[in-house]
Amino acid sequence: MSEEKNDRLESSNGDVSRRQFLKGLGGGIAVTGVLATATETETEAHPAPEPASASAVQRLRGKVRVRLNINGQEMTALVEPRTTLLNTLRDHLDLTGAKKVCDRGSCGCCTVLVNDKPVYSCMMLAVDAQGKKITTVEGLGTPEKMSPVQEAFVEHDALMCGFCTPGFVVSCTALLQKNRNPSLEDVKKACSGNVCRCGTYPHIFEAALAAAKKMRGA
Amino acid sequence: MHAIQYAAPRTLQDALEILQEYGAKARILAGGTDLIVQAGTGARSVDVIVDGKRIPELMHLAFDPADGLTIGAAVPCCRIYEDPQISRRYPGLADAVSIIGGMAIQGRASVGGNLCNASPAADSVPALIAYRATALIVGPKGEREVPVERFCTAPGRTVLGEDELLLSLHLPTPPPRSGAAYLRFIPRNEMDIAEVGVGVSLTLDEQGTISGARIALAAVAPTPLFVPEAGDSLAGSAPTEESFRRAAQIARDASRPINDIRGTIEHRKHLVGVLTRRALERALERARQAG
Ligand SMILES: Cc1cc2nc3c(=O)[nH]c(=O)nc-3n(C[C@H](O)[C@H](O)[C@H](O)COP(=O)(O)OP(=O)(O)OC[C@H]3O[C@@H](n4cnc5c(N)ncnc54)[C@H](O)[C@@H]3O)c2cc1C
Ligand code: FES
Ligand code: FES
Repeated sequence: MSEEKNDRLESSNGDVSRRQFLKGLGGGIAVTGVLATATETETEAHPAPEPASASAVQRLRGKVRVRLNINGQEMTALVEPRTTLLNTLRDHLDLTGAKKVCDRGSCGCCTVLVNDKPVYSCMMLAVDAQGKKITTVEGLGTPEKMSPVQEAFVEHDALMCGFCTPGFVVSCTALLQKNRNPSLEDVKKACSGNVCRCGTYPHIFEAALAAAKKMRGA
Repeated sequence: MHAIQYAAPRTLQDALEILQEYGAKARILAGGTDLIVQAGTGARSVDVIVDGKRIPELMHLAFDPADGLTIGAAVPCCRIYEDPQISRRYPGLADAVSIIGGMAIQGRASVGGNLCNASPAADSVPALIAYRATALIVGPKGEREVPVERFCTAPGRTVLGEDELLLSLHLPTPPPRSGAAYLRFIPRNEMDIAEVGVGVSLTLDEQGTISGARIALAAVAPTPLFVPEAGDSLAGSAPTEESFRRAAQIARDASRPINDIRGTIEHRKHLVGVLTRRALERALERARQAG
C-alpha cells in the first residue's frame, strides 16, 4: 500500500513518478527485474494490446499502471485490475471528494462524471475508465471559486453532515449541463440515485433549481 | 483476496478464446453494476473479467422496420430510452429500462447484463418477453438463438454454456395496432427491486378486437415467468374490463411467489392481478394511439 501512495500527477507538476524514476535508473531488462520484485508484475495498461502468450489479447494482471484524465489532467496510478475508480481516486490520487459509503451502487456518494454522464465510481473499474473524461467534485470548483451548483448548496443550506453532498452536487451538475430549465420533477429524477441520510432533500432540490436559474442569468 | 485479471478484447473471436481458456472463471463485463459487486464480495468467483464494451457487435444498437430492433448485449439502458425512434416503437421496453436504478446506473447498466444476471426481479426481462425477443448466443461452435423466456433457468443461472456469451437481443417489429407496457411495484419510491413486475403486449385487429397478447411477470417465480395462457385468453376477445380481469386472474394463478423482505406471497399475488390489468390498459391505449 505505502509504495502506491506515491502515485501522482504524471506530467503536470514536474514530479518524477516511481516508474519514470526506475526507467531513468536502468533501462529495459533491468527495470523489469526491479519491478518484478518490487510489485510482482506490472503491466502497462494503456498502449494497444500486445500479443500475450496463448491468445492475441493482453491480460492485465498483478499491478497495472492506469492513465486517467481527471479534471482536465493526465494522472497515473498503479492499481490492480479489480480496483474501482473510487478506490483509485481516494487511495491513490488523493482525490477524496467522491465518498465511499456503500461501495455497492446504492447511495450515490461516489458519483463522478464520466464523459459528462453521472456514474457511480464504486461500480466502475479504473482500467475501464481509461480514455474517458472524468470529472470529480474537485473539478467543478474550489472553495475560493465555487461552481454555481456548489454556491447554491451553500446558500440554500443544502447539507447537514455533508457526506452525501459531493454526490448530489455532481448529479445536479450533470442535470444542469443537459437541461437548463429543469422542473422539480426533473431534479428529483436526477437525484434518485443519491441518498441523504440526514434528510436534506428539500434544500437540495431548492439549491438545484436556484443554480439553474442563476446559470440562465434569470 | 485472489487476484483478478482484466482483458478488453476487440473482437468476438478473442473474447471466445478467453472464455474457452478459463471457463466459468471468466465473466463478461458490461456495465458492471451487478458484476463488480459480485466479484468484489466473492459472490461470484472470477479469475478474468472480460470487458465486452470494446467489441463492436456488443455495442451495436439499430432499428429497422423490416428487421426489428437489435440490442448489442452491452448497450447501456440510456441509449435505448434516449433514442426517440426506439422508445416510440418499443414503449414497453422504454418503460423498463428507464426505471432500472437511477441515472448513474442507466448510463452503464445493459439489458444484456440484466438478462445474463438472471435475477427473477430483472425489470427488462418481462418487457423483452412481451416483445417476443430472442437472445443470440455465440460460442466456439457458432451461433444459436433462444427465446428470452427460456434464457434464465434458475436464480443467477442461464442457458449460456461456460464457453458462450450473449451477443445481442433481437425484438421483431411490433405489428400495426400494437401496444406494450411494463409496470412494477416497489416498496420505496425510487431505486428498489421489484416486488412484482408485469410486462404485456397486445395487438388489435382492424375491428379493434385483440388478435394476440403476451404477458410475463417478474419476481414471482425463480426465473422471469412467461404466462402464455394469460395472453392467449385475450385472443379473439374485445379489450374490455372483463377480458382484462380474466387474463389478470390467470396470471395471478400462474405466479408462484415467495415471502421475503419486499413482500408476502399474498401481497405479491394481489399485485400480479392489479398490475396485469393496469399494464393491459396502458398497452391498449398505446395500441390505439399507434393506429
Ligand atoms: C443501485 C442499483 C440499482 C439497481 N436497480 C435495478 C432495477 O431497478 N431493476 C433491475 O432490473 N436491476 C437493477 N439493478 C441491477 C443491475 O443494474 C442490472 O441487472 C443491470 O442491467 C446489469 O447490467 P450490467 O451491464 O451492469 O451487467 P454486468 O454487471 O456487467 O453483468 C451482469 C452479469 O451478466 C454477465 N454478462 C454480462 N454481459 C454478458 C454477455 N454479453 N454474455 C454473457 N454474460 C454476460 C456478467 O458476467 C455478470 O454475471 C440495480 C443495481 C444497482 C447497483
Ligand atoms: S459508494 Fe458508490 S454508490 Fe455508494
Ligand atoms: S447531509 Fe448527511 S447524508 Fe446528506
